[in-house]
Amino acid sequence: MFEPYLLTLLIFFPFVGALLLFLLPKTWQTWTLPGALLVSTIEFVLSLWILYYFDSGSHELQLVHKVTWISTLGISYFVGVDGINLWLVLLTTFITPLVVLSISQQPKLKFYLACFLILETCMLGTFLAFDLFLFYIFWETMLIPMYFLIGIWGGPRRLYATIKFVLFTLAGGLCMLLGIIFLMYLYNDQFGSFSTSILDLYSVQIPFSYEHFLNPQTLLCLAFLIAFFIKVPTFPFHTWLPDAHVEAPTGGSVILAAILLKMGSYGLIRFALPLFPQAFEILTPVGIGLSLVGIVYGALLALAQEDLKKLVAYSSISHMGLVTLGIWISNLHGMSGSLFQMLSHGLATGGLFLLVGMLYERRHTRDLTQFGGLAKVIPIFSVFLVVITLASIALPSTNGFIGEFLVLLGSFQFHPWIAACAGTTVFLGAYYMLSMIQRVIFGGLTQPSNQGLKDLSWKEITVLTPIVILIFWMGLYPKPFLQKMEKSVLHLLSQRAHYELTIYEKQP
Amino acid sequence: MLETILFAPLLGFLINGLIQRYRLTKLPIAIIGCGSVLISFVSAFYIFLQFLEDPPSWRLLTTTLFEWIPTLGVDVSLKMDALSILLTLVVTGVGFLIHLYSVHYMEKDSGFGRYFAYLNLFTFSMLLLVLANNLLLLFIGWEGVGLCSYLLIGFWYEDPLKAQAGKKAFLVNRIGDFAFLLGLFLTFQTFGTLNIESLSQWTFGPDHANVITWITLLFFIGACGKSAQIPLYVWLPDAMAGPTPVSALIHAATMVTAGVYMIARLHFLYLQSPLTLSIVAGIGLLTALFSASMAFFQNDIKKVLAYSTISQLGFMFLAMGVGAFVSGIFHLITHAFFKALLFLAAGSVIHALHEEQNIQNMGGLHQRLPLTHVVFLFGTLAILGFPPFSGFFSKDEILWYAFQHHFMVWFLGWLASLMTTYYMVRLFTLVFYRKSSHEGEQHLHEAPPLMALSLIVLALLSAIGGWIGVPHIFHIDHFLNHFLGPVFQTLPESHGTPATEWGLMAWTTLTSLGVAIWTFLSFHTDKAWLTHFKLKFSKLHRLIEQKYYVDEFYHFMLVAPIRNLCIFAWKKIDTLFIDGFFNGLASWATALGLKLSLLQNGNTQTYAIIFMIGVIGILMSLWI
Repeated sequence: MFEPYLLTLLIFFPFVGALLLFLLPKTWQTWTLPGALLVSTIEFVLSLWILYYFDSGSHELQLVHKVTWISTLGISYFVGVDGINLWLVLLTTFITPLVVLSISQQPKLKFYLACFLILETCMLGTFLAFDLFLFYIFWETMLIPMYFLIGIWGGPRRLYATIKFVLFTLAGGLCMLLGIIFLMYLYNDQFGSFSTSILDLYSVQIPFSYEHFLNPQTLLCLAFLIAFFIKVPTFPFHTWLPDAHVEAPTGGSVILAAILLKMGSYGLIRFALPLFPQAFEILTPVGIGLSLVGIVYGALLALAQEDLKKLVAYSSISHMGLVTLGIWISNLHGMSGSLFQMLSHGLATGGLFLLVGMLYERRHTRDLTQFGGLAKVIPIFSVFLVVITLASIALPSTNGFIGEFLVLLGSFQFHPWIAACAGTTVFLGAYYMLSMIQRVIFGGLTQPSNQGLKDLSWKEITVLTPIVILIFWMGLYPKPFLQKMEKSVLHLLSQRAHYELTIYEKQP
Repeated sequence: MLETILFAPLLGFLINGLIQRYRLTKLPIAIIGCGSVLISFVSAFYIFLQFLEDPPSWRLLTTTLFEWIPTLGVDVSLKMDALSILLTLVVTGVGFLIHLYSVHYMEKDSGFGRYFAYLNLFTFSMLLLVLANNLLLLFIGWEGVGLCSYLLIGFWYEDPLKAQAGKKAFLVNRIGDFAFLLGLFLTFQTFGTLNIESLSQWTFGPDHANVITWITLLFFIGACGKSAQIPLYVWLPDAMAGPTPVSALIHAATMVTAGVYMIARLHFLYLQSPLTLSIVAGIGLLTALFSASMAFFQNDIKKVLAYSTISQLGFMFLAMGVGAFVSGIFHLITHAFFKALLFLAAGSVIHALHEEQNIQNMGGLHQRLPLTHVVFLFGTLAILGFPPFSGFFSKDEILWYAFQHHFMVWFLGWLASLMTTYYMVRLFTLVFYRKSSHEGEQHLHEAPPLMALSLIVLALLSAIGGWIGVPHIFHIDHFLNHFLGPVFQTLPESHGTPATEWGLMAWTTLTSLGVAIWTFLSFHTDKAWLTHFKLKFSKLHRLIEQKYYVDEFYHFMLVAPIRNLCIFAWKKIDTLFIDGFFNGLASWATALGLKLSLLQNGNTQTYAIIFMIGVIGILMSLWI
């Protein structure tokens, strides 16, 4: 019945929720937190509905909702879901209620929560948009709540960090905007009318030549790539990330690591690869090279950190290198592994940032030298830390392993040496993560201020348990996850030179 | 049935893991911990009895639980055959005894529940490794046992050194696992499957030879990590930081033999590559000699046993390398008996002496700990290979096949076994016989009942366990050859005369006996020659005592450079260069803005001048 509107409802429901939060009278102040939690939980249930309607036997675009918006420029409100964005949408709706639940009393609580809900709308819009213009709008709007989150509730250097974050992302976004305009122009040139629907743009023939590097397709591809590279972030565009993470409040860090970074890699799959197939191909060595450098470099830097959040931030760079590697090698295992790794990384890193936040609330420091022996005082916290760390270092039976294994297998099929280079993460990842574990929870309780720490509350356990359950579920029974993305990935890869995406018609 | 064997310990882990927080009395935890392993053992024994009655071709049980990674065609499927049933019996049987022993050994520890939870998780992972029917599932078990080893080595995590030892074990293993992963990729790339059953039925062509050499080598590097062979053995001596029963179970009897099992499981691949087999034999032999020498001057009772384990594992790999798979598994089994026994007996000594591990501070314990003394003697005789103790049969068989391979292989193997005799008798004498300075200080407690029970059972097994593989020259049925032979299809041919075999056997035994007596006497009465040796060859002595400085070498070559590289990448590349570039860009933009803002100074005359220049410029361009 309301299937066509399901996605639209999903996108805008949190936004409406945020507005309602603002309208809440002062006397109902206590209801702000439960209200936001309710909204985000309903949102999660709504997203499960997509899963129910989703036909995993089809690679086509499903649950489409398309309304003309600016007809003279061919811009429309166009959303849909296929095997590539399906799980990212679910990851978003899954992480947000956990983040909301983890929030305790804050100054300007109402505004704080509203930022998260608006952010959720923007993130879902970005993942679901199939109109390039609409995508761009959501992509850029996302910066506003994030800017406030870091700028208002952040740490001591929050202004530096938030401006750095916004400027980096805006710079990338502007490149992309130029690219979009050029694409619109090309489409008009070939078809005599305007359209920003990605489905239409896929059919544009963009001039390309193997002889000249500066051909339109390569330049366009680069314009998009810069935006995505900054977002992922791929080496050497990563320096905004550690700063943003360190200064952001816990919830902001979680959303940033778990979801925002995935927009870059999602963009690579959705736009860079199918829109500019030849350019993508000749840029593949560069992409693979940067991914490999990111994997090793991120790991090395993580090893050098004394600040817990920075350590996790650099580990993100390393893990996201694996994600982009899987995309660049563009074979079945690499691509599905990459999509899977996005989910694993979202859960594990999200979980790690939550844990770091919980520790920070108790100890008001993230300095690794200040800890040690915490397993004795806060055993439940330590168990969660160990389990989520193990997922992060891809221990078999956790979800991290499936993603890492598939990506490495794919890259091995591409070329064994790539797998050999990327595989150093098996060792380096364990190195920095276990060193972190050792410095935080093992060893003697030398610091007196660590002695009276309280263990996790029931609320905090409730936040972390779903993540741990999913970590093992996805690690032990990844079939439903892989199956739902398989058709779309295969379709994309088999048709990458002339990619076409059609709209799903429900079989009568 | 397979599910019961596999999942009983997992259930034990989950229950113990959840209830251990509630500081219950220790009884339920102990019952769950030991009981779950006992259930596995009884089920496995039941299958074993059935297998004995079945003809060889029926000795197979498989079950598929569910589809794991559909895109790779990987299922969670288990397989029980003659090889895995023996390993299962060792893991659950010896495992159960060690669980029992731990009940008393760990009773005063506040982490009692945690300990049993880890131990059960270990048993589960090890069983998964043994029962897996595809390589990826085997890898879960492979890493799972590594995780448990990490957790149990660092069990007393308050001591930073112990936590550090656990981390070192995990990381060194990860180097091996990295190679193992590459091996998995190459296997999948070449054959399109990771299923062991399908791989074993593959008919390998000549074009596969090169690839198979690579695959088997990569897997062997993984085995070097897990089974502590050169060059990745360095973690095992440090792993002795864990509780002693853990050393017995994980770092002697079961986990460290995983590499040997893996080669036996994939013997059909290894047989395709003579090169890899030679390398396996070479590394095994080298490790056997090298680590035996490192045990010479060690003074920590557990470290001596650790080096001895590495050395014995070398023997197993030697057997694998010369194609004597049955003998390798035979030695694995007898080693599980006597090495578990030696560790547990050492634990009993340590327990009695209140955590004293230095053998120079022991001595004269044979009267004060009579039971421990006797069982330790049994273990020592078994590892020395005195007939009719278990080690005699398995070691002799390996040396016999080594002799068939090449005389030098046999000679070096024999040398290693003499070295074993020296350090084991030295250990035994120093602990139990030499006069100690603080004799009669206090009353020592002999092992409590459960510990004693485990010790006695293992002592019996060490004594008679070898009878499952009596050489044919004794005219007794070689049970293992009959039972395991069909799994490996090919047995190495034996083309020596019975006279040669008798001769070698007698020679090995007599020389070993000679060394044993000589060592016993020199350490029992006086050790003048030792001081003499120390003075004369002080450099050599120091080199061996410091374990050839291998750890220092690795630190210098690997750990320190990585550390420096990290700091360099962070301080120089990231902060100074990349971030400096972008921040420079930003401040350059700010400066430019400031400069440009000077243009808008509100001075009408300036504006007019600029306006005039503009107009002139436009006019000139028009004119041109």
